[in-house]
Amino acid sequence: MSEHVTATYRVNSEGRTIAHPAHHTLLEVLREACGLTGTKHGCELGECGTCTVLIDGEPQLSCLVLAREVEGAAIDTVEGLEGRDLHPLQKTFADLGAAQCGYCTPGILMAAKALIERKPTPTRADVCEALSGNLCRCTGYIKIIEAVEWAAALCRGESGARPADASLYGVCKEKPHG
Amino acid sequence: MADRDQPRIVGTPFRRVDGVAKVTGRTRFADDLAFPRMVHLKLVRSHVPHANIKEIDTSAAERIDGVIHFVRGEDMPNTFGILPVSQDEHALAFEKVRFVGDAVLGVVALTEDAAEEATRAVKVDYEELDTIGSVEEALVTSTDKIHEYGDEGNIHKKVSMEFGDVESGFDDADLVLEDTIFYEGNTHLAMEQHAAVAVPEGDGKITVWSATQTPHYVHRALAKVLELPAAHIRVIACPNGGGFGGKSDPFNHEIVAAKAALQIGRPVKICLTREEVFYCHRGRHPVTMHVKTGFKKDGAIVSQHLKTALDGGAFGSYGVASTYYTGALQTVTYKVPRYRFDGLRAFTNKPPCGPKRGHGTPQPRFALEVHLDKAAHALGMDPADIRLNHLQPKNSVTANWLKIGSMGLEECLQKVIDGSGWRQRYGKLPEGHGLGIACSSYLCGAGLPIYWNHMPHTGVQIKLDRSGGVAVFCGEIEIGQGSDSVLAACVAEVLGIDLKDIRLCVGDTDLTPVDLGSYSSRVTLMMGNAALQAAERAKELIAEAVAERLQVPAGQLVFAERRVFDASDPERGMTFSEAVATAESKFGTLGTTGSYTPPRSPGRFRGAGVGPSPAYSYSACVIEVCVDRETGCYTVPKVWIAHDVGRSINPALVMGQVEGSIYKGLGEAMMAESALRRLPKKRSNALVHKFPSMLEYKSPTFLDMPEIVTYLVEDPDPNGPFGAKEVGQGPLLPVMPAVCNAIFDAVGVRIDQVPAHPQMILQALDDKARGGPGRYGPKRFPDVSWGEPLRVPTPDEGGDGKAINAEQVGVRGGTMKEDPEGVKS
Ligand code: FES
Ligand code: FES
Repeated sequence: MSEHVTATYRVNSEGRTIAHPAHHTLLEVLREACGLTGTKHGCELGECGTCTVLIDGEPQLSCLVLAREVEGAAIDTVEGLEGRDLHPLQKTFADLGAAQCGYCTPGILMAAKALIERKPTPTRADVCEALSGNLCRCTGYIKIIEAVEWAAALCRGESGARPADASLYGVCKEKPHG
Repeated sequence: MADRDQPRIVGTPFRRVDGVAKVTGRTRFADDLAFPRMVHLKLVRSHVPHANIKEIDTSAAERIDGVIHFVRGEDMPNTFGILPVSQDEHALAFEKVRFVGDAVLGVVALTEDAAEEATRAVKVDYEELDTIGSVEEALVTSTDKIHEYGDEGNIHKKVSMEFGDVESGFDDADLVLEDTIFYEGNTHLAMEQHAAVAVPEGDGKITVWSATQTPHYVHRALAKVLELPAAHIRVIACPNGGGFGGKSDPFNHEIVAAKAALQIGRPVKICLTREEVFYCHRGRHPVTMHVKTGFKKDGAIVSQHLKTALDGGAFGSYGVASTYYTGALQTVTYKVPRYRFDGLRAFTNKPPCGPKRGHGTPQPRFALEVHLDKAAHALGMDPADIRLNHLQPKNSVTANWLKIGSMGLEECLQKVIDGSGWRQRYGKLPEGHGLGIACSSYLCGAGLPIYWNHMPHTGVQIKLDRSGGVAVFCGEIEIGQGSDSVLAACVAEVLGIDLKDIRLCVGDTDLTPVDLGSYSSRVTLMMGNAALQAAERAKELIAEAVAERLQVPAGQLVFAERRVFDASDPERGMTFSEAVATAESKFGTLGTTGSYTPPRSPGRFRGAGVGPSPAYSYSACVIEVCVDRETGCYTVPKVWIAHDVGRSINPALVMGQVEGSIYKGLGEAMMAESALRRLPKKRSNALVHKFPSMLEYKSPTFLDMPEIVTYLVEDPDPNGPFGAKEVGQGPLLPVMPAVCNAIFDAVGVRIDQVPAHPQMILQALDDKARGGPGRYGPKRFPDVSWGEPLRVPTPDEGGDGKAINAEQVGVRGGTMKEDPEGVKS
């Protein structure tokens, strides 16, 4: 059987000492050894972005990172995003339906978090560029872009930045009662 | 009732009920599950496309540390398949393999790594057979049959039907146009790979958790192959990480996991790799089409003849239904008074095709809409008008006996024509810029179940008690489309409670009433109606008890804001939980049920089972393109789409479905293709995917998305819950033809094929420069002798929905026994 290593990881600010096969990726260690199944996989070949986590604040594909190489680094996953309340990104993704099946969502949330921390007022082009390595097969991306823009505004302390009704109801459907 | 007319939840965007779970990582997909003593399964897959299996040697694999068990095909001799007429799959092939990726052996090990290593150590000795790589090859190859059944040789299914005298219609026409068009196959590429976990319960029973859109059909397949009573098998569908039709078949990996779990008495898990998902496939069929239409000067269609040839891959899957679907919905958008359809599906040694978003209808829709564009030009008409002036009327019956109810296509067309500035801009944009228009329609659920029966297509149970909480049970499956939210909204709306007061239990064959599955855009309409019925029944019980206690007529009670009160004196009332307690005191334990069965359709001929639906959704789309003449590269800067959804239950999710459909449609129009190639003779001559990976299988990214303007048209359908129709599939259909029609407007060449690649545009431009027609596309439709079609007089001819020559045509040989009229998807 494969050689094992014991390593201490800092995941969502919590230390965890884990023994695992030496060749395992960070993705495998997170999902299997830590039981943090919020991080997903779509290819395990670095092609889809689904497995994105933050390592020292930078978005990385956890399926391509050998776990033992990030021992000691700050690793952030979707499970750490939520404090007492939802993170603004989580709120806007939920409200706008930016997560349909939700499978790409954890990876996109992490990549988006890195973006708005680096650039609090991203342009639409910034958002698309930052997320261009993350595939989503459900949404057509539009609601995701709007959710990231809205969350960035919330993080800046602007409260009234909800997307236009046209984006929620269609252009010519009147806003219903109420 | 008054509150049904003034809904509080329905029609307003709300946060989907599973939204928080999905943004926090709480949603448990199949591969997220783990059980004590769980072991891992991997499948050994064939690397040759067509061969007899001579020997499987596991001796080296057995020596690998951690390997504990092998599952063999001989242990599961019963065949399965989604349709009763094509039960042609074995859980593990043990006599022959039929495509690269066909599974021959299951390996179980303590770790996934060990199982994986062991699959590579298994040696399989094959005796290779000739491979069949295309419809043309299938038509001429009758030896080395891929299957022992089918209509003839390697033809799985051949159908031919004629509604009215099509030839005489051509004689009456002012213009007869013919086109040959090709639609390349493509795959779903859901982000989640298929996964399943089988857990034996120690008493002979077993539970299988799976990423499936159709737990009910998986349940039936498991019972058949495992030879266990269905009542001893429990299938739980996990929320799917995207389906799009790719998780609608029962799959071998689900069955092998269950078999292994029973054999070794431990939980067994399998998660497919991305490469394996490409082998599971069941994606869009590659289809070659020939369409011939007679038009009057004003653009009215007098007669149409459509021929389709589907490359089916190695198994039946939904293929019989897919074949019929390539002909079924051509008549529901524009008036087609006489119509003939010939379709065939061939078996080939490729991954099996099946249903993908739009199931069988995007290909002929592409052909029809491109063809109409050409007709408009030949007749000197605006392509918008040839559509607008000849719409199939609402509340009508088509030539092929489909019953149309609500029909909002005229309004859809008007919206996109106005929104895009079509009248001012079409044909007048600068060189290289163009607009294209197309329409479409889709089912809101198939009118017939997949296997013949008279039972409801869906059922909902509601349990209420004094806590005020309402538990709703339904076999539906959340695949991202928002079905959980529709279910909760329908019940909460009727009972006047909050979405949060509802607890859902879905997709569990032990606990929930049967729902046929999340396919065919059936869930909102069918489940919604069942949920309304169950909720109305609960409301009636509660109202009766509350009326008695308050001494108010039951009809005067309002259910709103978690209260039940007198409409004329709102202070007089009680909380919802008190109201339920009152009813519980009066009636005992409370529970209600609702179910839904679609109305009978008027067609009474063989094949009439495919196409009928309780309602049809409609879409119209205008797309703008910019084409670079030098490189053939093009971009899509803007899309205008209008969709007749009947009524939006949750507009936020409807918008998401429309946008997702545009995205998928653009992928199919511009880049997505399940292209296979033949390896050289000396290297096995195998038919393999160019690259079964996400890097090489192209799909649009964030950077590729255009601006989208969406119009929701609401023409409520009497058959829909609150008038609602489908939105998951219809809006995809007009995208591909609108792109190719826009390319024509931009640079004057016709691309009669998707995906439309830049080099095709360049070739067509070259062709035009040399005085040719300026077209890229297939040259010919395969030679097929169709024989006598089934002749069905149309409603206009006074027909009664029956064929007049059913005896002469008879049943072609070879098809598996069950009645194909019961075949539906
Ligand atoms: S799983 Fe696809 S990039 Fe990591
Ligand atoms: S929401 Fe399904 S893949 Fe993005």
